[in-house]
Amino acid sequence: MSRRAVITGVGAVSPLGVGADALVDRWSAGECGIADGLGRCTEFDPVELLDRKVARRSDRFTQMALVAADEAIAQAGWGGGAPLPVERIGCVIGTGIGGIGTIEDQHDVLRDRGPEKVTPLGIPLLMANAAAGAVAMRHGLKGQCFGTVSACAAGAHAIGTGLRMVQYGDADAAVIGGTESALTALADAAFAAMGATSPTGISRPFDARRDGFVMGEGAGVLVIEEEEAARARGAEILGRLSGYGATADAHHITAPEPSGEGAVRAMRAALADAGRSAADIDYVNAHGTSTPLNDRAESAALETVLGERAGEIPISSTKSAIGHLLGAAGAVEAVATTLALARRIAPPTVGWSEREEGLDLDYVPDLGRRLASNGRPLVAISNSFGFGGHNAVLCLEAA
Amino acid sequence: MATATRDQVATRVEDALVEFGADRDAIADDATFEALDIDSLDLVELAQIVEDDYGVALTTKDLEGIDTVGKAIDLVVERVG
Repeated sequence: MSRRAVITGVGAVSPLGVGADALVDRWSAGECGIADGLGRCTEFDPVELLDRKVARRSDRFTQMALVAADEAIAQAGWGGGAPLPVERIGCVIGTGIGGIGTIEDQHDVLRDRGPEKVTPLGIPLLMANAAAGAVAMRHGLKGQCFGTVSACAAGAHAIGTGLRMVQYGDADAAVIGGTESALTALADAAFAAMGATSPTGISRPFDARRDGFVMGEGAGVLVIEEEEAARARGAEILGRLSGYGATADAHHITAPEPSGEGAVRAMRAALADAGRSAADIDYVNAHGTSTPLNDRAESAALETVLGERAGEIPISSTKSAIGHLLGAAGAVEAVATTLALARRIAPPTVGWSEREEGLDLDYVPDLGRRLASNGRPLVAISNSFGFGGHNAVLCLEAA
Repeated sequence: MATATRDQVATRVEDALVEFGADRDAIADDATFEALDIDSLDLVELAQIVEDDYGVALTTKDLEGIDTVGKAIDLVVERVG
C-alpha cells in the first residue's frame, strides 16, 4: 500500500472530562475518573454542547460521538467546511451496544402505557449505526458510512476500517471512532450476572488484586487524511495511523483464548501493515480490562510478540483511569495514544501496585513516564479485544 | 374528553414545537413546519401529546396536508370540539 494516513484531528468525551487534552493531561498525571464504581462522564452536558433538536434526537451514545467528532473536525481545521470533496470522506463509528438507554426507557413506555405511546424517535435513537449517521449528517460527509459492532473491539475496528478506506483509495479522509453509553440498569445487571464487572468497583488492570472491569461511557473520534494531500494543504499532523490488524479467536463467546494466539496474530498483522516489526515498538496501549482472564492472556500475547524486549517496553491501560468504555474503548484509547506519543509520554496504569506471578511486564505504575527519544518517530500499538473473540490492533506513530 | 379554547391549544402546540427544537419567535399560525424544521417524526410526537392532553387520536392520515402551525391548531380544536 503506498497510500498512508495521517491523523489531523482528535476528540474525546471521557470520565476525565470533555476533550482529548483533558483525557491525556489527567491520565498522565495519574488521575482516575471513576467514582462509585462507574466511569460516568459527569462533565458532559449535551444540551450545552449540542442544540436542543440534535440532543433530543440522539441517544446519549450518539450525543457523545457528535461532541467528540466536533472537536476532532475543528482541530483538523475543517470547521469552515472540509478541504476536500465530501464524497471522498468516509465515516465509521463503532459501538458495542447502541442505544440501550432508549431501549430500556421505551420498553417501560410499552409495558406501562401501551404500544401507541412508544416514541417515533425510538428507532433512530436506539439503532447502533445512529452515531455514524448523525456524525455524517452533521458534517455533510458523503463517502462510505456505517457502524461497526464487535463489542469492546468496535472502536478499533471502526478506525481500522477507515484506515483501509484511505489506503485502498475508497476515501481520501475519514472521520472514525467509537462511542458507548451503557451505564443502565440492564447492562449493569447483565455484565454483573456473568461475573465480568468488578464487585469492588475498582479498575486495576494487571494488578494481582483485579476482580473485573468497571464500566465507563464516552466517545473518541479521529480525523485521518491521506498523507500527501494533508501535507499539501499544510495540515497540522498530530501523528500517523500506520497499521491495522484484526483476527478472531474462534474459541469461546466471552473468554479469551488463554495463550493470546489470536491477539498475537492481530498485533503482528498491524505491525506488518505499518511496515514495522516488534523491535520498533516504544509503547503498548493495552486492552487491559482488569478482568483476571484478559490481563493474563494479553500479557502472554505481549510476551510472545515482544520477545526478549517484553520486560523493557512500557505497557499501560487507559481503563485504569476511565474504566472500560466497551465499544468506545479502542477509539478513546487511540486518541489517548496519539497524544501520548506526540507528548513523548507513556501514561500510567493508575493504581497498579501488586505484581501477579506470570504477569511480568512493565505496567508503568503511578505516573506517566517520559519515552526515550531514539532519533525516529515513536511507535505504539493499541490493543482492543471484544466478547465474541474479536481482536483488533492499531499501530500508531508520532508525526 | 377535555375541551379547550383555540388559545389553549395554540399554547400547547407552541410549547411542544419548542420542545422539538423550533425557535419560539418563529412560531406563528402561518409558519410552515418546513421553515421550523419540524418533520414527520415531530408531528407523530405532537399527535401523541394531543392524545395525552385532549383524548383525541390523530392518525398519520389525519396529519396529511397539515403543513402549518395554524392548520395543526385548527385540526386539534375541531376534533376536541
